[in-house]
Amino acid sequence: MLSSVSNCSAQSKYRSHYISLSDITLVADMTGALYWPSKSMLIIADMHLEKGSSFAVRGQLLPPYDTRDTLLRLAQVINFYQAQTIVALGDSFHDKKAFDRIGREDLEILRQIQIGRNWIWIRGNHDPQICSAAGGECLKELLIQGLTLRHEPNPVQGKHEIAGHMHPVAKLKLYGHSLRLSCFVLNQTRLVMPAFGSYTGGLNVLDPAFIPLFGNDELVVWVQGEQGLYPIAKRMLRKDYAAC
Amino acid sequence: MQHSVCLPVPIQKWFFSRGWEPRPHQLKLLAQGRARRSSLLIAPTGAGKTFAGFLPTLDDLISIPERKRQGAGLHTLYISPLKALAVDIERNLKIPLREMQLPITVETRSGDTSPAKRQRQRIHPPDVLLTTPEQLALLLSNEDGSYIFTDLKNVIIDELHALTGSKRGDLLALGLARLRTIAVDLLTIGLSATVARPTELRAYLMQQRYPQQQTDIADLVYLQSEIKPDISILETEKSLPWSGHTSRYAIPDIYRALKQHRLTLIFVNTRSQAELIFQELWYANEAHLPIALHHGSLDSQKRRKVETAMAEGRLKAVVCTSTLDLGIDWGNIDLVINIGAPKGASRLIQRVGRANHRLDEPSKAILVPANRFEVLECRAAVDAVRAGMQDNILTHAGTLDVLAQHIMSTACAGPFATNDLYNEICSAQPYSYLTKKMFERVLNFVTTGGYALRAYERFARLKPTKNGLLRLAHPRLAKQHRLNIGTIVNSPMVKIRMTHSHKKKSSARDRSLSGGRVLGEMEEYFIGELKIGDAFIFAGQVLRFEGMRETDAYVSNAASDDPLIPSYRGGKFPLSSHLASRVRIILANGGLNNDLPTSVQEWLQLQHKKSILPGPNEVLVETFSRQRRSYIVAYPFEGRLTHQTLGMLLTRRLQRANAQPLGFVATDYALSIWCAKDIGAMLKTGRLDVEKLFNEDMLGDDLEAWLAESSLMKRTFRMCAVIAGLIECYHPGKTKTGRQMTASSDLMFDMLCKYDPNHILLEAAWNDAVTGLLDIGRLGDFLKRIKTQIRHINLNKVSPLSVPILLEIGQERVQLSQPDDLLRSIALELIAEAGLD
Repeated sequence: MLSSVSNCSAQSKYRSHYISLSDITLVADMTGALYWPSKSMLIIADMHLEKGSSFAVRGQLLPPYDTRDTLLRLAQVINFYQAQTIVALGDSFHDKKAFDRIGREDLEILRQIQIGRNWIWIRGNHDPQICSAAGGECLKELLIQGLTLRHEPNPVQGKHEIAGHMHPVAKLKLYGHSLRLSCFVLNQTRLVMPAFGSYTGGLNVLDPAFIPLFGNDELVVWVQGEQGLYPIAKRMLRKDYAAC
Repeated sequence: MQHSVCLPVPIQKWFFSRGWEPRPHQLKLLAQGRARRSSLLIAPTGAGKTFAGFLPTLDDLISIPERKRQGAGLHTLYISPLKALAVDIERNLKIPLREMQLPITVETRSGDTSPAKRQRQRIHPPDVLLTTPEQLALLLSNEDGSYIFTDLKNVIIDELHALTGSKRGDLLALGLARLRTIAVDLLTIGLSATVARPTELRAYLMQQRYPQQQTDIADLVYLQSEIKPDISILETEKSLPWSGHTSRYAIPDIYRALKQHRLTLIFVNTRSQAELIFQELWYANEAHLPIALHHGSLDSQKRRKVETAMAEGRLKAVVCTSTLDLGIDWGNIDLVINIGAPKGASRLIQRVGRANHRLDEPSKAILVPANRFEVLECRAAVDAVRAGMQDNILTHAGTLDVLAQHIMSTACAGPFATNDLYNEICSAQPYSYLTKKMFERVLNFVTTGGYALRAYERFARLKPTKNGLLRLAHPRLAKQHRLNIGTIVNSPMVKIRMTHSHKKKSSARDRSLSGGRVLGEMEEYFIGELKIGDAFIFAGQVLRFEGMRETDAYVSNAASDDPLIPSYRGGKFPLSSHLASRVRIILANGGLNNDLPTSVQEWLQLQHKKSILPGPNEVLVETFSRQRRSYIVAYPFEGRLTHQTLGMLLTRRLQRANAQPLGFVATDYALSIWCAKDIGAMLKTGRLDVEKLFNEDMLGDDLEAWLAESSLMKRTFRMCAVIAGLIECYHPGKTKTGRQMTASSDLMFDMLCKYDPNHILLEAAWNDAVTGLLDIGRLGDFLKRIKTQIRHINLNKVSPLSVPILLEIGQERVQLSQPDDLLRSIALELIAEAGLD
């Protein structure tokens, strides 16, 4: 019947882009991961593992492949950059019981990609505790070269930070086609990462929730296409509704 | 003629008091009822069909007057495809009942029925309940479902031809099978307009007892109309438009026609056309005639008001969509105007039947083609009706998503035995060929999701009981399920509410939107594209968009010369195969033997001179260049859906052949692809072969690869996923987390394609795509038919026949397969702007 969707080619010249945050050079990848070359560190946010099975608990039996898909994509991007340290920026697990629900094979994939690497779980609101069986180290936040890596962006003290939590998406209208795509959103000092999980939805970057973080000054948006990552001018962005 | 049957005395008296005679088919149906034989009555509109259907019921109820006092439940269930029809029947049944002084209770039940009334209907049901297939499914999913229906004797299904062959028909067939288990010796009566092959409808009405060996069919009672309808094509002085669907040019002629008649129904194919024609008629309405608007998005109270005004003869004309299409009896209509092409002969007969609901006078109708191709189609339709031809209802196998929903509904009503359920389902005609294996796969889907790689056993929705039955795992699941029963998957709807204009207030913060009356509902995506202050047309008024709050859109009255007209998705019917072949014949003889307007004849003759007119079995393919683009235009006349799929597949092939296709557009009649490379030259030099280009092997790998990323396929899948209960219907403005799952059906689709390509829902979506949205079945037939029948002509300029389709470019949305090309272009723009190169 249907054959599987072809994977994006790693050679795409749009695959990744250098971005600069507080004068530190980082690489934004089309998968939604962020690579810090000088630290050999790969950062991903909001995997929401076992989100699918959380619906099953309530009787909605969604395809139970989100965890596998998320972990396989993660394995690919780790392999691509040969990263030594992995930082999961919170909401890695969809809920407190998510880890108990992971299938045996999927857990094995996680174990495999952790071997020989430093693994840091940042706690998020969905996963305030992380089971020690998940391996790695568990932190509230992480400070490196003046940049704080935390789950929820902090508009008060959080200058110079990399955060997740928001699941930013950009809505575009191009030649009558409406697109709604996950994106990185940043200014000089703050970066909010797209959600990495396979079943995660998103919040429009023009939503008022982003105003305390980016004010009205120029923000930069990089959207995830099927084959690459593309910068989008702010004037091209659309709201979800003409809400008031 | 047999007159051994007599009407029961009260009915006899009532007929006598009015000077009427019972008609033969009415007496025949009465006899069928007394013999308890299920029947299909085929009769033209206006033959007293519905009354005939109710005769066995009235006969029964008159003969056992003490029935009610003995506390008996529902006697007759009447099911119609439309709510409006049920309301209309209620009115038309209650009047004679009152006049005959019969104490028979008749009630309707629909989505609009109040919860209190519904509750009461379940405890004290009326004698006759008028409802829709969805409401029946809902009633059957209740734990007391069997209690209500135990005494049921008769089921009447009106407009049966409009239900069979669709998912709603499947839902109803399964409901009928259930009813037959609950109430023994059920009598079914189907009412239908003329159809080409009634056997399928007759089988639908019967319990299939030995589905693998023989098909049981109901008796046929047939009444043919002797008077042919009087159908003509609008005569106009004006030259016909080349393209477009508005029919604006015809407004003065339409207005003149409706002035000369008592009551005119103006049928259009889409809601946006309804709004537009209504608006234009108002501008032309110098005499201030009472003209009304009726379509499915309007608030139900507004619709009821229009219907009542019609029945009371207070209106001169009503502009309406298919919501008024089926069997509604509002006596006074003496003219039907059909705007745009009718798309099928049966649909046309149905619509024309609205005029003059009396058998002894011909119904009168005028067709208004919106453009030149539609003239050909209208001509073909008129010829088909005169020849008494009808479109086929295609043989249809019951859909799997509806089956999944039915299994869950059954579980909601109480524990069931798997084997009994399987046998019951097979007794429904659309499912009579369902294999045990397929049934088990669907059951497995309902229970645990039916996933290949990982089982949800822990979260199973159905659990075995001690005595080997299956029961619902939790009562909460039933509540959740009942909210989602039905087969009509709408895109999310937004309520349109009146409020005050906020134009004068400057600050956005001052805006307080508070409730006014509801005008109706509109698809969320249209509202989503409006800016505050935009003017648009809805419910026949020009409105100003004031903003959104929760699930409501607020609007105020406005004056604008150039309001937007909502484009409603759906509601566009594809051209029927039968009409398509007639159009090809008209084209083949250059319209010479057919009575066509001069401007259209000249156009075809010009085509004959400059290019060719293809033979009735041929397909014409033209190539030419224009403004540095190369065009390839094909004229299959197979309907828009088929052309869209064909266009996608041809584009892929041209891409591989390095012709650099840039876009394509498809209409009901033709499709055009434009490319950067000269296709004419490629075909001439043999670098491209036209036979190979249209080879049917495109339905193999190309189709699969395209489907996996096609938005049409995703939409088909979403429909199956919602009906089957995988995802619940989304309601706008719930919460942020609710919104986060809205795109989810696409995610589910991708996940299944990647990890579980044999999953039952992909199979269900595929089956639907083959017959429905993508019309792959028809495309396959087309490609087979045109093998060696392709006439390719390379021209040095645009051909007359191609003008209408080229004019659609820019009007229609151009299809694309990859969003990345677009993203790249605007990214490059930005990079250049910022001097990042």
